[in-house]
Amino acid sequence: MKYLSEYRSPELVDYFLKEIKRTVTKPWVIMEVCGGQTHSLVKNGLLNLLPGQVRMVHGPGCPVCVTPLNLIDKAVYLAEEKKVILCSFGDMIRVPGSKKSLLDAKANGADIRILYSPLEAVKIAAENPDEEVVFFAVGFETTAPANALSVIHAKRQRLKNYSILTSHVLVPPAMEAIINHDDNIVQGFLAAGHVCTIMGLSEYYPIVEKHKIPMVVTGFEPVDLLQGIAMLVAQLEKGEYKLENQYSRVVEEEGNPAARKMIDDVFESSDREWRGIGTIPGSGFEVREDFSAYDANKKFRVNIAKAEENKDCIAGHVLRGLKKPHECSEFGKRCTPANPLGAPMVSSEGACAAYYHYSQADLTTK
Amino acid sequence: MPQLDFDIITLGHGSGGMLTQKLLDSGVFTVLANPLLDQRHDGATFTMNGRVAFSSDSYVISPIFFPGGNIGELAINGTVNDLAMCGAIPKYLSLSFIIEEGLAMVEFWEIITSIKSACDKAGVYVVTGDTKVVERGKGDKIFINTSGIGEIHPQANISISQIKSGDRIIVSNEIATHGMSIMSVRKGLEFESEMVSDTRPLNHVVKKLIDTFGESIHFLRDPTRGGVASVLNEIATDAKLGIDIFQKDIPVDDAVAGACEMLGLDPLYVANEGVFIAIVDELIADDVVKLLRQYKETVQAVTIGTVTTNHAKQVILTSSIGGRRVVNRLTGEQLPRIC
Repeated sequence: MKYLSEYRSPELVDYFLKEIKRTVTKPWVIMEVCGGQTHSLVKNGLLNLLPGQVRMVHGPGCPVCVTPLNLIDKAVYLAEEKKVILCSFGDMIRVPGSKKSLLDAKANGADIRILYSPLEAVKIAAENPDEEVVFFAVGFETTAPANALSVIHAKRQRLKNYSILTSHVLVPPAMEAIINHDDNIVQGFLAAGHVCTIMGLSEYYPIVEKHKIPMVVTGFEPVDLLQGIAMLVAQLEKGEYKLENQYSRVVEEEGNPAARKMIDDVFESSDREWRGIGTIPGSGFEVREDFSAYDANKKFRVNIAKAEENKDCIAGHVLRGLKKPHECSEFGKRCTPANPLGAPMVSSEGACAAYYHYSQADLTTK
Repeated sequence: MPQLDFDIITLGHGSGGMLTQKLLDSGVFTVLANPLLDQRHDGATFTMNGRVAFSSDSYVISPIFFPGGNIGELAINGTVNDLAMCGAIPKYLSLSFIIEEGLAMVEFWEIITSIKSACDKAGVYVVTGDTKVVERGKGDKIFINTSGIGEIHPQANISISQIKSGDRIIVSNEIATHGMSIMSVRKGLEFESEMVSDTRPLNHVVKKLIDTFGESIHFLRDPTRGGVASVLNEIATDAKLGIDIFQKDIPVDDAVAGACEMLGLDPLYVANEGVFIAIVDELIADDVVKLLRQYKETVQAVTIGTVTTNHAKQVILTSSIGGRRVVNRLTGEQLPRIC
């Protein structure tokens, strides 16, 4: 915690708030890409401290929220029908599929286990040679190295009963999709610090250049976020567009080469459907042919009919920053974390959940 | 542990026959002996005076042994503390086991002896109970139910209706320690520092509090499952008042805070055992804190907030950096995040 406290210092928060207020002269719309940043903004009450001209909109950076309905249905099918030991991170198991969530399936007797690391799933596979073990490999570039490592470990141990159901999504193509959309309102991005820790900065320069949009790679603590916003507002006010790195204590220019190599060894990029947004070219990772024995999709050849999203859910608009969660007519009424219509309400990183948990009528966030 | 001719619990130990008797005689009655239990009747008969509090709770924890304690002492302390929170002086407990076939006697013995030790610390007696054994796979090693009864302290008037605007909210010690100690021994997690559960009886210190401050102690509650946030929400809803709390004042051990941070858990929602929340008249708040700090189990006591007529039924937290947000009820279990 000693490494965190200075990034939660009330004095520094005050300093950057004053800096933003001093600099800003016109209204700006800024998107924080990552759900962790959304939660930090709301949980620390930062949105209400920012000057009125700075409007923060919340991006698609919650891997749970953008995991397609169909993949959740597949995971449920594997656990219930194929009787695999289905392993997942905690925040994935409550998200509703078209009929049920993994948590419902678990309550009905399916063997679904909540893990903290994919390597734990490999261990379970080694200890249960007669059972098939599938890890639901969800996440952005951040979790991809560990998921890749699990496959490498399984191959090294010659395990025949381990595979991953991938739902990996990549941030830069999603940012481009948001910018390219006709109704885009975003004028500057706080890029997700954790993702850049792995991938570095090289993918972001072309986006900044091509779209003339300023971008600041930003961390997750209150001071990080306010400093990132201050840097972005300064660029916007000056009419500049460049890539800056607020999170330099963690993010190196080239990212983490060892982690990137692991990703490259196991995965290749592919088109990927994002829940609520649609298919974005080159925005996902699939397991490479060399490791196809560890790809649950190929191993089990699951064909599940594509289900319709709930029409009353405006998750797609929320994920693109076009609507705030509380602008949804169902927010907090028919849609609550206990009975979510869409994933952003149930995931621990989802914008709707953040608003539901941390803000209410008299504290309505901007 | 006594010399026994069995190493594990079998279905026969729950049959009510010879084996049950053997298990109880050597494993339970000997250790927990007291005049009321020794009557060996279906129920205990005793005399109590004046107002009485009665409480019951079931304990289903995995793993059953964790740093700082086990399910046995947890079951005793839990019911003792529930009674203490009513302003009662706990006296007699019932103790019922549902044991899964195959539980090692050595584990059962360890649980029984720590039950004895917890009873001694709290000054209570187990006076009646029950033992059932279920087939392997139909339990989680052992479940324990304890009920307890105690006389209400003559000076106590603990009630939600006593809470009024201006009252101070005091937390008796660092929060979230128990929940994170359980988390730390679950598979796949390794933390740098060991986190030890703070399970312990709180009845003695609560008695001291009521001896000293009487009716100025308006409300008491131990924030076990659901943590401090859930209890404060219940209080705000039931009292139809608002609650303001201040993040900078809420005590959390550094290692616990670090582990919560890593898993994306909010300490306000993590379970506690040896901690209570006291809502007291504003005039005595500082003195209550001073008194609590004299005892090792409440040495970190601190005022964390105030009761208000503003934002009725809502708990609002002022973050360390001055932002304000609602602290809502938890939806389901807190689950560790992806990234």
